[in-house]
Amino acid sequence: MIPKLDMLRTELHELCRGLGRRVQLMEVCGTHTVAVFRAGLRSLLPANLRLVSGPGCPVCVTAQRHVDAAIELATRPDVTLVTYGDMLRVPGRLGSLERLRAAGADVRVVNSAWSALQIALDNPRRQVVFLAVGFETTAPATAATVFEADQRGVENFSVLVCHKLVVPAMQALLDTGEVPLDGFLAPGHVSVIIGAGAYRPIVERYRRPVVVAGFEPGQILAGLVRLVRQVASGCPILENVYAGVVTETGNRVAQEWLQRVFIVADTPWRELGTIPHSGLELAPRYQHFDALRRLGVHVGPDEEHPLCRCGEVITGKVEPVECPAFAGACTPARPIGPCMVSSEGTCAAWYKYSRASTSLAADTAAGERE
Amino acid sequence: MCLAVPAKVVGLAGEAATVDLQGNTLQVSTVLTPEVAVGDWVLVHAGFAITRLDESSALETWDYLRQALGTDQATAGGEQGEESAA
Repeated sequence: MIPKLDMLRTELHELCRGLGRRVQLMEVCGTHTVAVFRAGLRSLLPANLRLVSGPGCPVCVTAQRHVDAAIELATRPDVTLVTYGDMLRVPGRLGSLERLRAAGADVRVVNSAWSALQIALDNPRRQVVFLAVGFETTAPATAATVFEADQRGVENFSVLVCHKLVVPAMQALLDTGEVPLDGFLAPGHVSVIIGAGAYRPIVERYRRPVVVAGFEPGQILAGLVRLVRQVASGCPILENVYAGVVTETGNRVAQEWLQRVFIVADTPWRELGTIPHSGLELAPRYQHFDALRRLGVHVGPDEEHPLCRCGEVITGKVEPVECPAFAGACTPARPIGPCMVSSEGTCAAWYKYSRASTSLAADTAAGERE
Repeated sequence: MCLAVPAKVVGLAGEAATVDLQGNTLQVSTVLTPEVAVGDWVLVHAGFAITRLDESSALETWDYLRQALGTDQATAGGEQGEESAA
């Protein structure tokens, strides 16, 4: 493993030296962001290679209006709000779900959409709302759960659907052209579902190299080597270094589940605004499970904290250290924006891995207390 | 959140599988992977098996996660546990 990493690193440096210019690549997925830091890969990169984080952390891309809608729901006495752990601490207009829970609201964390449905079955007098975030990796589980709820005629279960699609966000970033990007390291486990072939438009229409990679350091370095090699050759192609796991066509059964229960819709993202065909909505047949409709939630505007630059962080425009709140007003223990909340958020990763170990230890202790 | 973890299928009953995940046994749904058989390696995400995968990829990921989990538990109160249990 180590000799392999060393060889890849040497090759990456040689390729970048040969380029004679700066090259900027985006790792789209939050899991890649964390893996890059955890493996210490940033310090191994050539000086003219910049790796920027993309809009691939589900918590970070969720529009503030949906965070606020979930928080408003959780204030209702008859509602049990269920979600994945990372959403709990995202600040909203009325505080966070975590703060509401501390004040007595019924907010619960699950690891699976199934568990959210089980809570509804166990509590027939409660309106159980599942705040469903995540990309294509996570959305099929929500689809199967909604289908099951429908089959069983469960009337006290609904979903606030915030599922998003990765490729339209990549296209939107390229369309704005605000951040120069020479290529993409594509997410491993989203690609399990959508298949490597889903990135073909990025290569063919936008002429950018795409390499699908897993999360091990060797996978990431191999992905970067392939990307820079393509940049050097000037011939962008689609490559997959994670072929033991990701196929060209993806998981067709999971795709069918998505098509059965959801329709593709224009969806609001943090910072990126509403991107055409970039998210999922319940299909008409399943709209009675839409929490916003069923419970009559008013979805307001996106009111973000004035200091927060998360939107620019997730679009690769700025690095966390360029945000005036980073590591001062905004820390993992007291986050202002979602990128500092999520374990896969870029700011949280920077904070955790690129600071001195003493302050890290202090923050870890604070994080454990909360 | 988009991290899935490899596990080995040790039992099947209807649309549920019992999997061995780094020594822990848990139940996952196979509605997204109806083709799985006992002895297969699968990737588990949010309580669902999302694909089969070959053993060498599974073991490579498994090794990596074991190291990463060790690091995380030492430095971040085991936040990875949230993901890996997902």
